[in-house]
Amino acid sequence: MRDIRKFLLEYDGPPVNIMEVCGTHTASVAHNGIPSLLSPKIRLISGPGCPVCVTVTDYIDRLIELSLTPGTVVATFGDMLRVTGSKQSLKDARSDGALVKMLYAPSDIIPLAAAEPEKTFVFAAVGFETTTAVYAALIDDLVTSGVTNVKLLTSLKVMPPVIDWVCREEGGIDGFLAPGHVSVITGSNLFVPIAKEYKIPFAVAGFEGEQILMALYALVKMIRAGDSRVINLYPEAVTAEGNRTAQEMIAKYFEPCDAAWRGIGIVKDSGMQLKDEYKNFDAGSRDLCSDVTLHPECRCGRVITGAMKPVGCPLFGKKCTPENPMGACMVSSEGSCHSYYVNRRNDL
Amino acid sequence: MPGKVISVNGSKAVVDFSGNQIHAEAGLVKIKPGDSVLVHAGCILQVMSDEEADSLADLFKELENL
Amino acid sequence: MRITTEHGAGGHATSELITSVFARHFKNPVLMKMEDSAVVPGAMRLAMTTDSFVVTPLFFAGGDIGSLSICGTVNDLSMSGAVPQYITCGFIIEEGADSDDLDRIAASMARTAAEAGVMIVGGDTKVVEGKGGIYINTSGVGFLPEGDFTVSSSFCREGDVILLSGNLGDHHAAILSARMGIVNTIRSDAAPLNAMTAALMKSGARIKSMRDVTRGGLATVLHELAAASGKCLDIEEAKIPVSPKVLGLCGILGLDPLYMGNEGKMIAVVAGEDADKALAAMRESPYGENAAVIGKVIPGEKGTLLLETKTGGTRLLTELYGEGLPRIC
Repeated sequence: MRDIRKFLLEYDGPPVNIMEVCGTHTASVAHNGIPSLLSPKIRLISGPGCPVCVTVTDYIDRLIELSLTPGTVVATFGDMLRVTGSKQSLKDARSDGALVKMLYAPSDIIPLAAAEPEKTFVFAAVGFETTTAVYAALIDDLVTSGVTNVKLLTSLKVMPPVIDWVCREEGGIDGFLAPGHVSVITGSNLFVPIAKEYKIPFAVAGFEGEQILMALYALVKMIRAGDSRVINLYPEAVTAEGNRTAQEMIAKYFEPCDAAWRGIGIVKDSGMQLKDEYKNFDAGSRDLCSDVTLHPECRCGRVITGAMKPVGCPLFGKKCTPENPMGACMVSSEGSCHSYYVNRRNDL
Repeated sequence: MPGKVISVNGSKAVVDFSGNQIHAEAGLVKIKPGDSVLVHAGCILQVMSDEEADSLADLFKELENL
Repeated sequence: MRITTEHGAGGHATSELITSVFARHFKNPVLMKMEDSAVVPGAMRLAMTTDSFVVTPLFFAGGDIGSLSICGTVNDLSMSGAVPQYITCGFIIEEGADSDDLDRIAASMARTAAEAGVMIVGGDTKVVEGKGGIYINTSGVGFLPEGDFTVSSSFCREGDVILLSGNLGDHHAAILSARMGIVNTIRSDAAPLNAMTAALMKSGARIKSMRDVTRGGLATVLHELAAASGKCLDIEEAKIPVSPKVLGLCGILGLDPLYMGNEGKMIAVVAGEDADKALAAMRESPYGENAAVIGKVIPGEKGTLLLETKTGGTRLLTELYGEGLPRIC
């Protein structure tokens, strides 16, 4: 381990750009002070791995509309509360009388719905492959239990198309820290086609500081050697094929669709939606694809794809702060701008 | 951080995290009491295996030589 | 500007509100020191403080709104070096509240006051329309010993050492667990710290600052010290005591113990050479069994707080932004 640390701190070869595409990795990198352990020639970039940050304003607007509808209660994870739609956030709407509940687990919505059968409960179903598996389990439960007053407003996304987009449109990324929890569900094989096509290495990593350092070491070594494998450094939880049961359950209730990513636009087949036969569980998720940029100088789109550092955005730290976020990158504690601001990662 | 399965009841389980017990959905993976599990948003995603040290040690030896 | 719950979280939004509204109008040299209690001249130097308690649920593992109200007030006074003596309490009760609950709360306040050696000498009661909520406002008065003992957030100097009296996060964790139905044996750490501050003052250690670690957590308090003193504070993650149970809860909910509220913990900044004396005084006091030296004041950028992580990296800590909503990925 000591040699790995020495290597990373003293690396003096050509500059390498490594992107991480997982909100939990963004948080863990900041939490462990990883940037301070890397040579300035190793640049760690936060990519579009925060599901809340890439949700378009159309979705938020629809969610707020639902929350203000009499007899409808919106339930959500904590981070969604502060993201602004075209006019306001769910939190603001709550002060206007909207019924909004913060839940830790989507499954918690079932007892709430059962207790008030006359109300409609809508869960703000945002997430990547990991959370999609959780929503699939929820739908399964709803079907089994016969509860009919729970619906999902979905903004579900999958990783490969957007990673492909970053490689194709932006370029300049030499290696990827592959998302840990997504890989648990999908298997590390998910990244093999992209690694082959763009000849870029992927390292699936866990979330402890040392696990991330090991993955970064492996990536720099592979990049320098022109090696473009997908390696799995989280074998306790991740296998090559992933969790088959979860994959089957997702495929049972959801199907691929085009999805809109804040700051990027529509990426083909990058989303998941409830299948037609389960549309009674859908709160109106289709065609939520337009995005209103709150401020003409907001650069969330560039930051999310790694094309610009947070400090490059004219609003960063001035008009846009965690207290007064202009764009999604600053709202979520996993967003690049929030993480950079709170941890002052100005060096990168 | 993985938790430990305390009990299983159909598609639900009680999981302990250093003395904190939560209810988790258990529909995505086969589990039994005593298993070490990965939980996300109230749902068990995976049973943690003992796979690790050996395969990684070999990999790192190989990387060192790159 | 609409007031939101963020303004009450004890972090950045709270301090902005205080500066832009209250301090702007009430400005005076005593107030502007912004310490835990105000020390004012009189026949003896007097420490005064006020505090309000709005916690729900009213009763939780390890305490209740009553014990909290006495501990919080006693601790604010103690942090100035005063011996807390007298407390008054005003109750604002919403219609629908149960007098049995009030009885339990009053009994709890009496017990805590007896332990702390303070007397509740006055009170007030108001009832308003509502849903049965109970809120308590207190004011407290204490006396400083003879001499000119003075502490201040602005007194930190290079070479000073930072001590923490025990485990972080217990109170916040107990409240959240109660609200979210997570089963555990975590108890609030609500406790009066006047015996501890008295022991510290008696130890002969040169004390620069004493602060209790409440809303906003350790990081917020230390950040305030760094800013007020214009110094760089450096603390070590490995030295900060947190119980495994609280860490387990933090893992589930995505919380950071450095930003969680406590009701029976304090920090003291003392001259480097006096670290051992001060630590012994804390450890030998009630509620100080896990006290530890967690960091020091170092040469570095003014007003910054650094954390040496367990992984060996360095992280910059700011005051709390937002409310510390559990993060979900």
